[in-house]
Parts: sequence; C-alpha cells; structure tokens
Amino acid sequence: MSRAKDIPSRILALGATSAIAEATLRLFAEHGASFYLVARNPDKLDAVAADLRTRGAAAVATHVMDLDDTAAHPVMLAAAAESLGTIELALLAHGVLGDQQQAEASYPAAEAILGTNFMAPVSLITWLANYFEASKQGTLAVISSVAGDRGRKSNYVYGASKGALTIFVDGVRNRIDRAGVHVLTIKPGFVATPMTAHLPQNALFAQPAKIAAGILSAIKKRKDVVYVPAFWAIIMLIIRMIPRRIFKKLNV
Amino acid sequence: MARSTPRPRFESWGRYPRLQADLVSLNWTGDFPLSKPPATRLLPVGAGRSYGDVCLLENGTLLQTLGMDRLLAFDSETGVLRCEAGVTLAEILDFAVPRGFFLPVTPGTKYVTVGGAIANDIHGKNHHVAGTFGHHVLSFELVRSDGARLICSPTQNQEWFAATLGGMGLTGLIAWAEVRLRPIVARSIDYVGEKFVGIDEFLELSQKATAEYTVAWIDCVATGRNFARGILMQGEHSKEPGDLHKSREPWLVFPIDLPAFALNPFTMAAFNTAYYHKQLPKKKVAKVDYEPFFYPLDSVLRWNRMYGKNGLLQFQNVIPHEGGREGMVEILKAITRSGLASFLAVIKFFGDIPSLGMMSFPQPGIMLALDFPIRPEVSFDLVDRLAEITLEHGGRMYSAKDARMTAAQYQAFYPQWREFERYIDPAFDSAFWQRVTGRRPLDE
Repeated sequence: MSRAKDIPSRILALGATSAIAEATLRLFAEHGASFYLVARNPDKLDAVAADLRTRGAAAVATHVMDLDDTAAHPVMLAAAAESLGTIELALLAHGVLGDQQQAEASYPAAEAILGTNFMAPVSLITWLANYFEASKQGTLAVISSVAGDRGRKSNYVYGASKGALTIFVDGVRNRIDRAGVHVLTIKPGFVATPMTAHLPQNALFAQPAKIAAGILSAIKKRKDVVYVPAFWAIIMLIIRMIPRRIFKKLNV
Repeated sequence: MARSTPRPRFESWGRYPRLQADLVSLNWTGDFPLSKPPATRLLPVGAGRSYGDVCLLENGTLLQTLGMDRLLAFDSETGVLRCEAGVTLAEILDFAVPRGFFLPVTPGTKYVTVGGAIANDIHGKNHHVAGTFGHHVLSFELVRSDGARLICSPTQNQEWFAATLGGMGLTGLIAWAEVRLRPIVARSIDYVGEKFVGIDEFLELSQKATAEYTVAWIDCVATGRNFARGILMQGEHSKEPGDLHKSREPWLVFPIDLPAFALNPFTMAAFNTAYYHKQLPKKKVAKVDYEPFFYPLDSVLRWNRMYGKNGLLQFQNVIPHEGGREGMVEILKAITRSGLASFLAVIKFFGDIPSLGMMSFPQPGIMLALDFPIRPEVSFDLVDRLAEITLEHGGRMYSAKDARMTAAQYQAFYPQWREFERYIDPAFDSAFWQRVTGRRPLDE
C-alpha cells in the first residue's frame, strides 16, 4: 500500500461488470481507490460495487445504463466527473464478441457489433479526451483486442470493430499525449470470461486476474500499448508477418 | 438433441472416476436458475477438490461456481464475512490475514470454495474445540431449481440449513454465505511436534494434548517394533503480534503424471522413514508459518499428478472411542499387509461437539485419513475391507473423500439418508448419490 501514490485513485469504469474490468478494479480497490461504475445490469453492478467496497474502496458510486445509448453519454460522464471530483483513470471495458456467422449473413447483426465495440467507445473517448486534455492529466485505458491486429475469417467483424478502435485510440494518443495524458491500448489475448465460455479452452487462455495484473503494470509504467499476457506480442508479430497469399488459405 | 461433439470428462482431485458431463459457469448469484435449463440433471461444483464422485455427475450438467467470487461485506469488529459461494478459502485468507483474521475451521487445502466447505461440512485440526465449518456459518442463501430462494440459518429455515450443511450440493445451489472469521495477531503458529511409536502412545499423547490444533502423521508402512509410529503435531496461533502479510502464490507445479511404478512399497517406505526422522529429537518446539502448518501440500500445485494417471483413492473414517483402538489397529494392519502404503496418513481425535448438518461426517472418536495409489486389483478390495472394519466398529466414512463405498455400507453409516432424500432438489443428482442409493454400479 506504500506505492498508492504511483497509481490513479479516482476511477471511472465503463462496462464495470466485465470480467477483465472487475479483476482490474479489485487491484485498485486494495489501494483504497474511489470508483464510478457504469454497466447495464443493476444486480451485477451492485455485486461488483459491494465487492470493491469490501476489498477497501474509499467510495463506490454506480450508474445503470446501456452504453449503446450514445446520446446519454455526456450526462453520465459529467455525473462521473462530478462524483469523483477528478477522473484520474477511465477504463473502457465494455464490448461484445457477437456472432460472426450472423454478422456475415446480415448487416444489422454486424452493425450491432460495430455499434457496441466501436461507435460507443468513439463517443465516450471523444468526451474523455477533451476532458483529460483540458485537465492536463489522467489515464485513458481502452480494452481493444489482439483480434484487431489482423482480419481473420473466423471473427473479422469483431476484429474490425477492435482494429478500428485501436487506430482511433492511437490517433487520440498522438493528439493528447503532449497535454500530459496517458493513453493506453490494452490487447488481451484469449481470456477465460463469460464472453468466451462457449469456446473450447486451451493453454492459451488466461484468467482475468492475470490480465488485470498486466493492465495495472502498464498503467504504472505509462505504456502506450500492452499485450496481456505478454506472450501475445510475439504471437501477433508472427501472425502479422504471415504473407497475405498464405494467410488467406489458412483456417484461422 | 444430437450432440456434435462428445461431452468432456471431468475428474475430482482423486482423478477417479472420470465422468462425462457438460459444464455451465455460474458467474453471478442470479445466474441460477438457468434461463435455459438443460434436459439433463444438475449438480453444483466448486473447485473440484473433493476426492471421489460427490462433485461429478455422468451425462449431467455441472454448475461451476468459481466465477461467483465476490466478497459482499465484512465487519472488522465481529469478523463476519459475507461472500459468494465460489470464493475460495485461499482468497479469504488473502483478504483476511492482513486484516488480522483467520478461517474459523480449515481443511488440509485452502483451494476449496465456501460453497464446497458448506456442502461437505468440512472439519480441520481444531475439530475438538471448534466443531465443523458449519458451526461458524451464520447464514446462507439456498436457490432451488424452481426459483425459490431460501435464507437459511440455525434459526431460519432450520431444516434446510441442516440438510444443506453436509448435503453434498444436492439440496440446491448455495449462492452466498455469511461466515464468522476468528482474530489472529500474527501469521505464525507456535508448534510442538512429538514422536510416538504405536497406537497406545498415540492415544496417550492425544488425550493429554491441549492445543487448539492437533493432528498426527502416522507411518502406514512400518511393521514390527516401528508399527504405527508417527508424530503428533500441535499448534496454536502465536499470541505475540507479528507479521500479517498476504501469502505469495505457489510457483511449484507438479509437471507430469508420474508413471504407475514410481510409487511402490520401496519409495513409500523410504518416504515414510525420512518423514519420521526429519524431526530428530523426541519433542520439537518451533515457530512456523501457517502455510506449511495447515497446507503442506498446497505449495506444490497439482500434486495429485504424483499418483499418475490412474489417480488415487482416499479413505477417511471415524470410529467411536469405544472400540476405536481395536478398529484402528485392525485397519492399520490391513493396510501394512496390502503393501499399498500412503504418503501422508493422518490420525486425530474428533471432539464431542455435535455436527449441525444432517449428513455431516464428524462424530466423537478417532479419525483416520489416508490415500492409496489406484491399482484396481488391490486398492478396491482394500478399501472395501476398511469400510467393513469401520462398520463393525460402529464408525462411518467421509463422503467427500470416497469413491468406492457400496450402497449397503453407506446406508449403514448414514441411516438418516432416507430423511435427507426429501430435501434433494428434484433437478439435482450426483454420481455419488446414484452410487450410494444403488442406482450406479461400482467398476470392477
């Protein structure tokens, strides 16, 4: 607890009931952080809030909303800033894996994935980037995915939503880094969460607690991009290097 | 509905039996009842650290609770913790020790869930003063497959409290529980180890033992003048304020399944002899950390691989004091004769505090726990023989550690099973319950 000064202590969590967000927030709660939690399901949100309070959070406020409702973002974000005093860390953790086959068959299904995983974050990040730039401080941590590094036939709609998010966050970093704002792109590999519970799990799957430790460390070190677990940086380097004429024949 | 892929197989810590099932993760206390109930029977499973088939269900759906891992409230005055049922005792220790609290009762591994601790009404080295885990559970929520949610405590829905405590997960899903932790001022344990040779010296030392925690390791290989030698281990939480840091994660993982021949009478005898002589003087006094005192095997993750792919059989029984000496001698002789020795056999006096669970295992008497490698032609017969000796001496065996009891043996150990059956959730079942009610035959 002696290092509490190195890490943000007023935290806005968007998609706070996601497994990765929850595991990450627990680490900050042990340091006595204050939270403003946003998620769609009130019962789950209450359970996460109770857990963070029990683990040592100084204060926890909750806000029930569907983050697809971009029109409601500014009011929610202003309420978060007011509640926390200053937002020192914003963690964007909401997202859906979606159903690739449905999205291949119908545009509305693809649009829903892009809306949740890309358009909603664009709305949130636009507000937050301006907020952090004006206050000349803060950490904007955005959960993207290794799936955004290359289009695969098996999940390119999800991949495109995360790839677009990665590029958008890159650009925001290049704009507000000079104002002293830390912008972190988080690229988890396979994580054992409710989102992936239906997939056959193998040795590459990591527990959310392991992802959380990687995120905390990247926030402390003010990294730009972090692959979690770290070995995914090597896997994705290799995957990006596979020539397109070979990659298009692969069943990945 | 036709299945495109075969169901995966699941095993408990003993790795026997291995049974096919589907798995559904419950991550929130509201996830049960399931929105789309499967056509199969259901069984909750926590960390899967029981040894036999109480947490298995062939061709059923296992409801895994490890994602229900939230701490919901803690009162630092009273030590009362409310948490979801998938929280492990290891997670409670990580939270509680730095705050000056400890588990009221702990088994020999900390990698079990609170739900599992209640469902098996576990006990520990302090049974003679603290009773079972259930004595420290203030309340829990039981969710039935019809959606009924019952808050159970010794004063509210008492019959459901009693049926669920030690009820092997069959009465419904435990969603959360309130447990009273006990204060400590240091991690360390004031330890006294005393060597004994023979069951009579063990009985004499045990009767004189005064510590909060007592247990004895006993050598099940040695014969002749070393027969039933061992070390009585006593411990108390240190009373001088000291270090309360959180434990480090273990880093040792047992890397492979050892081949079956690795554990043979020679390696077992060598291990037991080395363990006996590790402590040179007759009596040793020391300050030790709680981790090696309570959880000597937890420092090697997946230690069950030591027994190879065949797995291991646990045997744990209790025999009332009257006839206890004769019963235990008969059991130890049957074991040494079989040549199927155990690495770490433990023997202990259970206290007189009556268990609160209808199907709880502990009762006053002498308790013995050990494990054997599985060699079907010998181990199954041996465990059957040990069950018969237990029965002849008025004892009983522990369901959470058993894979081989027959229906007749079980029903003699637990004659109240008919009454218990009325509390079983109609959608629930287990491989254990099928076996001990005569619906599933034993493998030959």
